[in-house]
Amino acid sequence: MFGKLSLSAVPYHDMIVMSAVYGSLLLTLVILGLITYYRKWTYLWKDWLTSVDHKRIGIMYIILSLVMLLRGLSDAVMMRAQQALAAGASYGYLHPDHFNQVFSAHGTIMIVFVAMPFLVGLMNIAVPPQIGARDVAFPYLNAVSLWLTVAGALLVMVSLGVGEFSKAGWSGYAPLTELKYSPGVGVDYWIWAFQIAGIGSLMTSINFLVTILKMRAPGMTLMRMPIFVWTALCTLVLMVLAFPVLTVALAMLTLDRYLGMHFFTNTFGGNMMMYVNLFWIWGHPEVYIVVLPAFGVFSEVAATFSGKRLFSYTSMVYATVAIMVMSFVVWLHHFFTMGASPDVNIFFGITTMIIAIPTGVKIFNWLFTMYRGRVRFTSPMLWTLGFITTFSVGGMGGVLLASPPADYVLHDGLFLIAHFHTMLISGSLFGYFAGYSYWFPKAIGFTLNEKWGKRAFWCWLIGFYFAFVPLYILGFMGMPRRMYHYSNLAWHPYLIIAAGGLALILLGVLCQMVQLVVSIRQRHTARDLTGDPWDGRTLEWAMSSPPSVYNFATTPTVYDIDAFTDMKEKGIAYQKPDRYHDIHMPKNTGSGFINGILAFLFGFAMVWHIWWLAVLCALGMLFLVTARAGDDDTEYTIPAAEVEHIENLRYRQLASAAAMNRFAGGQVEPEILPQV
Amino acid sequence: MTTNASTIDTPAAEEFEHPDSIANQAFGFWLYIMSDLVLFGAIFATYMVLSHNYAGGPTGKDLFHLPYTFGETMLLLFSSATYGLAMLAMHENKKDRVLMWLFITFLLGLGFIGMEINEFHHMILDGNGPERSGFLSAFFTLVGTHGTHVTFGLIWMAVMMTQTVLKGLTPPVQSRLIRLSIFWHFLDIVWVGVFTIVYLMGVL
Repeated sequence: MFGKLSLSAVPYHDMIVMSAVYGSLLLTLVILGLITYYRKWTYLWKDWLTSVDHKRIGIMYIILSLVMLLRGLSDAVMMRAQQALAAGASYGYLHPDHFNQVFSAHGTIMIVFVAMPFLVGLMNIAVPPQIGARDVAFPYLNAVSLWLTVAGALLVMVSLGVGEFSKAGWSGYAPLTELKYSPGVGVDYWIWAFQIAGIGSLMTSINFLVTILKMRAPGMTLMRMPIFVWTALCTLVLMVLAFPVLTVALAMLTLDRYLGMHFFTNTFGGNMMMYVNLFWIWGHPEVYIVVLPAFGVFSEVAATFSGKRLFSYTSMVYATVAIMVMSFVVWLHHFFTMGASPDVNIFFGITTMIIAIPTGVKIFNWLFTMYRGRVRFTSPMLWTLGFITTFSVGGMGGVLLASPPADYVLHDGLFLIAHFHTMLISGSLFGYFAGYSYWFPKAIGFTLNEKWGKRAFWCWLIGFYFAFVPLYILGFMGMPRRMYHYSNLAWHPYLIIAAGGLALILLGVLCQMVQLVVSIRQRHTARDLTGDPWDGRTLEWAMSSPPSVYNFATTPTVYDIDAFTDMKEKGIAYQKPDRYHDIHMPKNTGSGFINGILAFLFGFAMVWHIWWLAVLCALGMLFLVTARAGDDDTEYTIPAAEVEHIENLRYRQLASAAAMNRFAGGQVEPEILPQV
Repeated sequence: MTTNASTIDTPAAEEFEHPDSIANQAFGFWLYIMSDLVLFGAIFATYMVLSHNYAGGPTGKDLFHLPYTFGETMLLLFSSATYGLAMLAMHENKKDRVLMWLFITFLLGLGFIGMEINEFHHMILDGNGPERSGFLSAFFTLVGTHGTHVTFGLIWMAVMMTQTVLKGLTPPVQSRLIRLSIFWHFLDIVWVGVFTIVYLMGVL
């Protein structure tokens, strides 16, 4: 009836795991209780869970990402604490099996359930308005993608209390992940969480590619797209080409484990290196998938807060495209030690070094954008500056590792760990944080508290250096990655410093939480009345904050790269149209949410071999998709009169902002504000 | 992409563009086909790597009967042709003829799947199932993935026949029929690859 599942799957005996389980359960209960107490269930269902609005979906993606960031961070804390303790005669506080699960979960969560939802969330919030569109091309598909990602994240969370998670690392190398060497359900949880979220990402990529290529406002040629849209476009191309390979690699591993096939086994003609190749053919583009959108954010932020057009837009576009193309021909540098011939290794070594060139172009473009600009040191700008310095250091470490002989010495060691954390924390996470505070007023309607934002930045930046510089040194001292215990006491002091660095980072996270609470409490004074709090340059700042459901009452016409700056300079930024028209918008539907629940149950059933449930869920999903496909009535109309009413409110708000601005002699130039 | 600022002095077309327009759906579907092609590409690559890993088991020469597979190929190729005829009838707005050609396409596809299941069944009964060797794992996965696609195509075709009967050839129904047509021809092309690389090269 329940396959392999029985009550013994719950790890009652392990106090550390159980306290995490009880903690998560308690938190869930508190949240559910609060929703019930404030009678928000209808609101939650009608306005959020069933929503197909790209802005709300974006916000939900980012909430998912932030929640999972806390989970991934607590994994990091456990690892750093274990390694700070488990030297010489001490064995720390974690069981080796548990330690292996912790580092596997940390990597999986940070890449698939923090970075991916964060960047897709930012794209959801910023891309459609930046190109002057009302929504994405397929709003329903967008909701399905979101709920599939949530289903995957939920599987990882459930593995904490029911069964176990994979002990084979986030990359799940075969044959360690084969049934013979990992007989438990951990690898299955990892497979299905990864697979379900990956399919969600694939759908997102198709959806946004159509949106960007087909739904741009009139006048917005490709070379007039905001740079964030360009980086998003390149990211989406990578996603649509790379994710199917991941699907294949995971599916073959699944067939090995479930049907006894021999793709990656070391007997009966399997080829384990094929797994490693397939995994990194997805995995390396994935690095750029999580980094490129952050590059886009940095470009937007650098231009906006320097009060200047981005330096050399064209070279930035070509550098992005070059990185996109190159990212498909470097995957083998993840396993130079495979035993390929020197010719093969040197090819991939050279391509890896070449990819540093377009990245260098970008660095100079950002620097020259700031040069002679009137730079405002807001927190998004601070994240950008922290990124430029840190990323340059990490990039040089990357060029070093690109040399196969050096890699033979340094691979699988802490130098590598330090390198890719430098790239991913500064290169993507800092970018997402910059985007978070940059677009927060646009999405929510008020600005975030700057004081706490800056505190968070400094804690993160300094904490980062304390946490990872010791790892570079330890890498040169020969320390391998993923050790739950070591007897070389010379490593010990460095690991204690690294743990201290992580404590500083945690302080930064605490500042971010305080920032959110303080900002919500001060929301009335920090309200963004104009919709343009930073003197922005692109179309999203032409909308109100938060935007009306249809984004733009009339589709804007674009004449320049910095379309909104251009409008403000011409004095047509807030022009009232002669008349308004009916607007058609997609209806909300619960189908996407239910699909997510079914996908989660399907994954759970497959993990535990509960075949009847898996079949039922698969049929349920097929039924939902078929029913949706037969539904020709998926839209509703907002009458022109209502559009006019909403827009008039907006103009009144703008007028009051203009009055306040004149009174305070504020930051926004008075002549660009509307004359109503 | 060809629009220039100079050519768009008139304000944006006021007539609101349908967000889910038929052109966008077709373009999105082409992108899906592209990603599916990458998926098949990865499976083909794995098959090529494992195609001689017999592990002491049977080879392609022992297992494949070209005349049988050629029959399968003919069924699928003809089903593509009949689907084309259904599309021609759709453009002439002849509902009954669309249904007739769709039904014939469906039967041809069903015949193809039936023959494939029969082939798999015999191989497994003879002890040459996917767990026998790396070669057979890759064979069953590659051919089976194509077969699964065809099966979903058949389900979709059944749904579309029902929709055509119930709703007639409305624009949304036509849009779906066009996309199914892309899907069906795509599976044909993939099968040509399978027939060449798996069966012909396996027997050579």
